[in-house]
Amino acid sequence: MKGLLPELEVIRKDFPILERTVSGGLPLIYLDSANTSQKPQVVIDAMVDHLEHHNANIARAMHTLGAESTEAFEAARDKVAAFLGAPSRDEVIFTKNASEALNLIAGTLAWKGPRQVGEGDEVVITEMEHHSNIVPWQLLTERTGATLRWFGLTDDGQLDLADIDTLVTERTKVVAFTWVSNMLGTINPVAELTRRAHEVGAIVVVDASQAAPQLPIDLAAMAPEERPDVVVFTGHKVVGPTGIGVLWGRAGLLGELPPFLGGGEMIETVRMERSTYAPIPHKFEAGTPPITEAIGLGAAVDYLGHLGLAAVRDHEHAITAYALDGLATIPGLRVLGPLDPTRRGGAISFEIDGVHPHDVAQVLDSRGIAVRAGHHCARPAHARFGVQSSTRMSSYLYTTPSEIDALVEALEYTRSYFKLD
Amino acid sequence: MSELDALYQEIILDHYKNPHHAGLRDPFEAEVHHVNPTCGDEVTLRVHVADGLVSDVSYDAVGCSISQASASVMADLVIGKPVDEAMAIHESFLTLMQGKGQVEPDEDVLEDGIAFAGVAKFPARVKCALLSWMAWKDATAQSLETQS
Repeated sequence: MKGLLPELEVIRKDFPILERTVSGGLPLIYLDSANTSQKPQVVIDAMVDHLEHHNANIARAMHTLGAESTEAFEAARDKVAAFLGAPSRDEVIFTKNASEALNLIAGTLAWKGPRQVGEGDEVVITEMEHHSNIVPWQLLTERTGATLRWFGLTDDGQLDLADIDTLVTERTKVVAFTWVSNMLGTINPVAELTRRAHEVGAIVVVDASQAAPQLPIDLAAMAPEERPDVVVFTGHKVVGPTGIGVLWGRAGLLGELPPFLGGGEMIETVRMERSTYAPIPHKFEAGTPPITEAIGLGAAVDYLGHLGLAAVRDHEHAITAYALDGLATIPGLRVLGPLDPTRRGGAISFEIDGVHPHDVAQVLDSRGIAVRAGHHCARPAHARFGVQSSTRMSSYLYTTPSEIDALVEALEYTRSYFKLD
Repeated sequence: MSELDALYQEIILDHYKNPHHAGLRDPFEAEVHHVNPTCGDEVTLRVHVADGLVSDVSYDAVGCSISQASASVMADLVIGKPVDEAMAIHESFLTLMQGKGQVEPDEDVLEDGIAFAGVAKFPARVKCALLSWMAWKDATAQSLETQS
């Protein structure tokens, strides 16, 4: 098959969990990577090595271990900056996850400052967002009296941009959208949306939680008018650990926003009356950060860098195309989202007439196949397509064509198990 | 029997395909709407209590085979029973579901409900089985309040 990563079997050996068996000795077929990715040995080792040999608090411990720990933590920031092609490494803020990163932006926009959102202002999102890119904006607009608006979707799962000029106007202060949909798989036109938002002076916040694992990102290479102001992603979907996320923000914008959390390390000087704050990135990193997790994330983006994100993207395209062909052979199966594999990511949500997604997932699990069933934290997008929930398979760089074959066969078995033939 | 077959007993699949007492009916004193936020399963459920009896339970449910069949079995079990006895059946079903597969169900009390014994071995599915039962308890308590 064209496009697959070379030496796929060697790559799979980097992921120890892929060796294990489930459901009474069956090989694990992990098709839930949009939920969380598996971790290569090099990430696990980096975290263990740090805890075994270098553990100390960062930026405040004046001893050998403290210096080593600080160096490793800041080196992880450099690696993430390189991964994103960030114009400056100081624009990379470590957070707990993508949700916290989005809450950081939406939360601080409610507070006093040059970017403060208020009555009469509008925030524009889309109907295909993950709940983490809906609820923080609902909170912001409810708290400030601003208005929340959103792009609808076309029947084939694309953003409906027909009314972009009436939706994104001089009143718009923020346009927030996902780069790649976690449910529909749709890849959104970041440059086009950003250009329009910038024309009206709005800031652009992009959720790259699904894009960062599978698409090359080079922020510095983007034209400034087409470059988002904020890009967030989470560590655990890019073969890194949980508990660590990333907010990249344009330095000028981050300078205008007030601090998010107050505490240690985000300050310059503290007096009882008031404090002054550290420059970015530390201004937004109050308290002891997830040091070991940041180091694990650094190893993870290094690992992806060695494989090459363009090669990972091509692998995902090849597997996704193969999966869409296989799913099309199942009677009564409907894919939700674009059917053109070059215009979508590797998460494929579908429904099967006559079997509820929970029941599909349960039967698949009994055959060693892990998928997700439910609304995938995208209830409005499900409602748009008139479904309450769906089954989602999501591949990644370690997924093989034979695993897709096993999925298709297990879906046929599911239909016969529920006596649909 | 495989664990999968223990989960999907014929009784469960029968109730799923032909749910008993489905649909929303009058009269009722209380209507509740319960959801399982992790998966989106939903039930709207009405209870009518008269003379200390659960006179009717009617519902509109969206969800998987386990949650749908559970609503059907629950309605079968509690309709026509004195409220106290129905609450005892609820308690018995709850104990079975929370028993991690170690509780032996009493067929005299739970009737078709014993088919859900296999569900208790699947922690992710216990909430599905309990959705309509929890909604019923909530609605029944509200019905009693409106009458007192």
